[in-house]
Amino acid sequence: MPARSINPFATSSTPVISSPSLDAINEKRDREQPRRTSFTKGNKFTALFGGASPKARDAALREAIVAQQQALLNSPSPPQLVAPISLPSISVTNPTNEKMPTEPKTLFQPPSPEDARLLAKAHAQFGPLGSQSHRCVSQFPGGEFAEPIEDEPPYYYLFTTYISYLILIFFGHVRDFFGKRFRRQHYSHLAERDGYAPLNSDFDNFYTRRLKMRINDCFSRPTTGVPGRYITLLDRTSNDGNHTFKFTGTTTETLNLSSYNYLGFAQSMGPCADAAEAVVRKYGISSVSPRSDSGTTDLSVEVEDLVAKFIGKPASMVFSMGYVTNATTFPTLVGKGCLIISDELNHSSIRFGSRLSGAMIEMFKHNDMHDLERKLREVISQGQPRTHRPWKKILVAVEGLYSMEGTMCNLPVLVELKKKYKFNLFVDEAHSVGALGPKGRGVCDYFGIDPAEIDILMGTFTKSFGANGGYIAAEKSIIDKLRVQNAGMLFAESPTPPVLVQIASSLRLITGELSPGQGAERLQRLAFNSRYLRLGLKRLGFIVYGHDDSPIIPLLLYNPAKMPAFSHEMLKRKISVVVVGYPATPLVSSRARFCVSAAHTKDDLDRTLAACDEAGELLQLKFSSGVAGGAMPEEFTLQEEKDGLREQKPVTPPRWKLEDVIARGVEDVQGSVLP
Amino acid sequence: MDFNGAQGTVVRLFNDANAQFHKMPGSAIILRYIKSSYQDDPVRSAIELFLFLFAVRYLLAPTYSTHKKVALREEEIDELVDDWTPEPLVAAQTPLEEMENEKRPVIVGPTGPKSKLSNGRTVTNLASYNFYNFIANETLKEKAIQTLRTYGVGPCGPPGFYGTQDVHIKTEHDVAAALGTPACIIYAQSFSTISSVIPSFSKRGDIIVADKAVNFPIRKGIQISRSTVRWYEHNDMEDLERVLQKVVKEQAKKPLTRRFIITEGLFENIGDVVNLPKIIELKLKYKFRLILDETWSYGVLGRSGRGVTEAQNVDGTEVDMIIGSLSGPLCAAGGFCAANEEVVEHQRISSASYTYSAALPALLSTTASETMALLQEQPEIITSLRDNITSMRAQLDPRSDWVNCTSAVDNPIMLLVLKPEVVASKDLSYLDQHQLFQDVVDECLANGVLITRLKSMPVDLGIHPRDQGWQPTPALKVCVTNGLTKKETEKAGIVIRHAITKVITRRK
Repeated sequence: MPARSINPFATSSTPVISSPSLDAINEKRDREQPRRTSFTKGNKFTALFGGASPKARDAALREAIVAQQQALLNSPSPPQLVAPISLPSISVTNPTNEKMPTEPKTLFQPPSPEDARLLAKAHAQFGPLGSQSHRCVSQFPGGEFAEPIEDEPPYYYLFTTYISYLILIFFGHVRDFFGKRFRRQHYSHLAERDGYAPLNSDFDNFYTRRLKMRINDCFSRPTTGVPGRYITLLDRTSNDGNHTFKFTGTTTETLNLSSYNYLGFAQSMGPCADAAEAVVRKYGISSVSPRSDSGTTDLSVEVEDLVAKFIGKPASMVFSMGYVTNATTFPTLVGKGCLIISDELNHSSIRFGSRLSGAMIEMFKHNDMHDLERKLREVISQGQPRTHRPWKKILVAVEGLYSMEGTMCNLPVLVELKKKYKFNLFVDEAHSVGALGPKGRGVCDYFGIDPAEIDILMGTFTKSFGANGGYIAAEKSIIDKLRVQNAGMLFAESPTPPVLVQIASSLRLITGELSPGQGAERLQRLAFNSRYLRLGLKRLGFIVYGHDDSPIIPLLLYNPAKMPAFSHEMLKRKISVVVVGYPATPLVSSRARFCVSAAHTKDDLDRTLAACDEAGELLQLKFSSGVAGGAMPEEFTLQEEKDGLREQKPVTPPRWKLEDVIARGVEDVQGSVLP
Repeated sequence: MDFNGAQGTVVRLFNDANAQFHKMPGSAIILRYIKSSYQDDPVRSAIELFLFLFAVRYLLAPTYSTHKKVALREEEIDELVDDWTPEPLVAAQTPLEEMENEKRPVIVGPTGPKSKLSNGRTVTNLASYNFYNFIANETLKEKAIQTLRTYGVGPCGPPGFYGTQDVHIKTEHDVAAALGTPACIIYAQSFSTISSVIPSFSKRGDIIVADKAVNFPIRKGIQISRSTVRWYEHNDMEDLERVLQKVVKEQAKKPLTRRFIITEGLFENIGDVVNLPKIIELKLKYKFRLILDETWSYGVLGRSGRGVTEAQNVDGTEVDMIIGSLSGPLCAAGGFCAANEEVVEHQRISSASYTYSAALPALLSTTASETMALLQEQPEIITSLRDNITSMRAQLDPRSDWVNCTSAVDNPIMLLVLKPEVVASKDLSYLDQHQLFQDVVDECLANGVLITRLKSMPVDLGIHPRDQGWQPTPALKVCVTNGLTKKETEKAGIVIRHAITKVITRRK
């Protein structure tokens, strides 16, 4: 085994705690090289009388930083200007070495224009914490894990939704009918051509051609820059019904509620980016080979150890792509004579992997544990079809957090069932790792369940860690077998050094090994933001799906035409959201999806709520009946709610005023009022 | 009293129903029909009644599954559940697997022509696809850092949802321009590209004609597509023509389906090169579409590294889909599919590993653009690599009594297989050959040269060995790089040759 040092900090001899800040300083010093010369020249005298040698100054500075960080830790309510806890690289309060003796900055000195620019840039990627009350802990409170109540809109909306689709399909066919006769060249790709069968079947292509094309401008919006708190969109227009787009050359900076940036690690500055830069300088950009040839570096070994420790499993392995992690792992676990029981809403990669494995596949209703148990009893007692031989293995595959529904798997019950029925459990934590649990370690952490209870924990680094790739964490014997049998290990490119270091440093930040306090802040802000926005939307009268602590908040739109309308209304208010419809969701329940991030401030969420309020009035989206929560807290006590008395009372549809929502939000999220 | 009352009610009801029935239009006809049929043909009426009752029973019957199930009581199920003991999730490691785990090299620090291993030794690295040593290029590093400082590391989303960045669009344009195709799409990983491209076009009922020696991801793509697949002998154009003729003949009467030929530019498992002009000729003659996997040839073949199409003077638009890699020699990551707009746009919504996976990190995308430009502007980078390939080949292929090189002359990945007479005379099984080559790899490493073996493709679990399908011949893999001088390359070649001789002569 190599000496494990994730390099950027190993090269500097400074203590780990202060190194990110020092790195930032060093970097800044490099950047300000020309300015420094003139600066020192002008101040020779003071430098002379200042008397301190550079080394002493360095030490003093280091002490000052450590002391400052300690102070900030102790009194966790820094004024807005003092950012280093959340943003170590933005050293407003840590002036460069040279300035120290000549220009002693106090904490509250206004920043120089350069600093202000950097600070603004940093805040565009990761917003400052407004108040200490804007944090809370993501943890399962205990008791029975209830399914979220799914509200339904008045029948009028369901009815109009179906009518809308009928109209769209009807118009589509009419246009096809005339188009195929009068504009033949536009349909040539759907017809037999010169002895070749068409690449797309006319029927399969209908939905894309006639329905999706109408709202194509809401999808695949090209962006530039960091997808952090704000995201910069490249403006584009279309003159031919969204077939082609032209860039106007302008950009729009929008509030980013679309990226999977749960912990706000999408940053181009700060400790992660510094570490990535250092590693590019030292290791280069790629390690060019598959893991099993010569693509395994000390970095990958290091990251695998870190991930295993973080997840709480004895071993882990990393891949360069999350999709491939699933696609190649299922075939190495199960095969002919085995059975996969999969949640019906599992991600495409799980389906892909399951199909490749050659095992039988059964599905159970989304998150329905009774259905799962019924299936289990049936398949175990009946054995394999036709031969009735017992199954070799049964693998139950679920996701920790479902990306379209915002629901979590019912892990406590799954673990119980696992004990009883002896199946193997595979949990895909693509969205939940980092996003859930008091320590950000995923669903196990959230429910307080020992990770050893679960056979395979899979996850990705795309979402919470601001990197790319995936991992599998399991017992060492399983990982050892995977390493030699997994096609992703044998043939696929290995993760690149900058990506690996981004993973390592973000993991270290979350665990508190680097800049203690920052990781906890990110986790708690995410938990607060998720609850705050969800509660706010419910109170305004929207129907939202999912569990309370989930950072994915789907807002139901129903009518297909409301998808582009909502997307445009939000874009007008400079907020970027994702809208999804059929086939990613059931036909009726088109939705907009908010992905909350730790990088958002409360003000950002208030802005979102205000925008939703306006758009909701305009588009008639407030149709919640109140059964899923959001009513006035005084209308029922907490106890009543727990006793399930809520259903007996007539529920009034919540239609709060925006001002009340904002005024009460923080308090109610902090208190135990359920959203 | 009660009985009388009930009887009266029944009679009243019957009369009412009768009156209602008579009021119904057409009731007279039905009555007449029943009466006459009963009188004329009582057997027929009975059959009709029977059919009617059967239909009612059928419609009311609960749905049943096609699997035959044994009806069991709850206690019996409980007992069966208790009795069931699953196999362990993974089987125990085989000795070969244990060895592989133990001997996997771990590089400490940067990968390069000279790499430091975790045991502290610095070795000549001929196991990386670092053909042009772009890893050490400072300009590329600087540009990557600039991108990092503008875009961060990950794009945090799939391309369909705000994950498409301007740098991806630029790289797509660059690849398309290099290959001369109208459009191109960038995937986040090259390994998964082709396994995803194939099933997004070829569906159940479509026909795929593929080379027998294609690589693992192509096989998986074909498997997932559920298409009908026909194999032709590796690089045998006559056999290909025979298969194509057969398919055309078989399908003549059936409705036209999509037909594809799938092959590789440089074969991952054999190393030789495809005869593209001939395949194009055949594809046009028999109306097939061609999917060409250039994962190992893009950035390697041709005057400026544009792959087989450039090397064999074929227009890029003649090939329906060119799949290639931006990882490996190009020192970035990701894969691409270059084709016409229709094909590319279709993939953006229906290719699984594009739609459902995060986009490529921006700094890797810009690096790919940079390295492609470097290769096009400085073709001498490629010629110097080819000189090294020639010197390495001279040390191994003609001079060794034991192995020969199956790779094409321009392929920097040299695959060395045992000569058939050696295998016959020493009676080497498949596993023996793997073991033998592992010994060679160890011997080379002891002498300061890191090479590797060609990995066999993982076999599906639970599959009988006889059904496991084609496997590549065990081979040594030597990757030549221009990071080494001609002399160093020759020296490494001598080490490898001597190691082979030593290990093979030692055996028996």
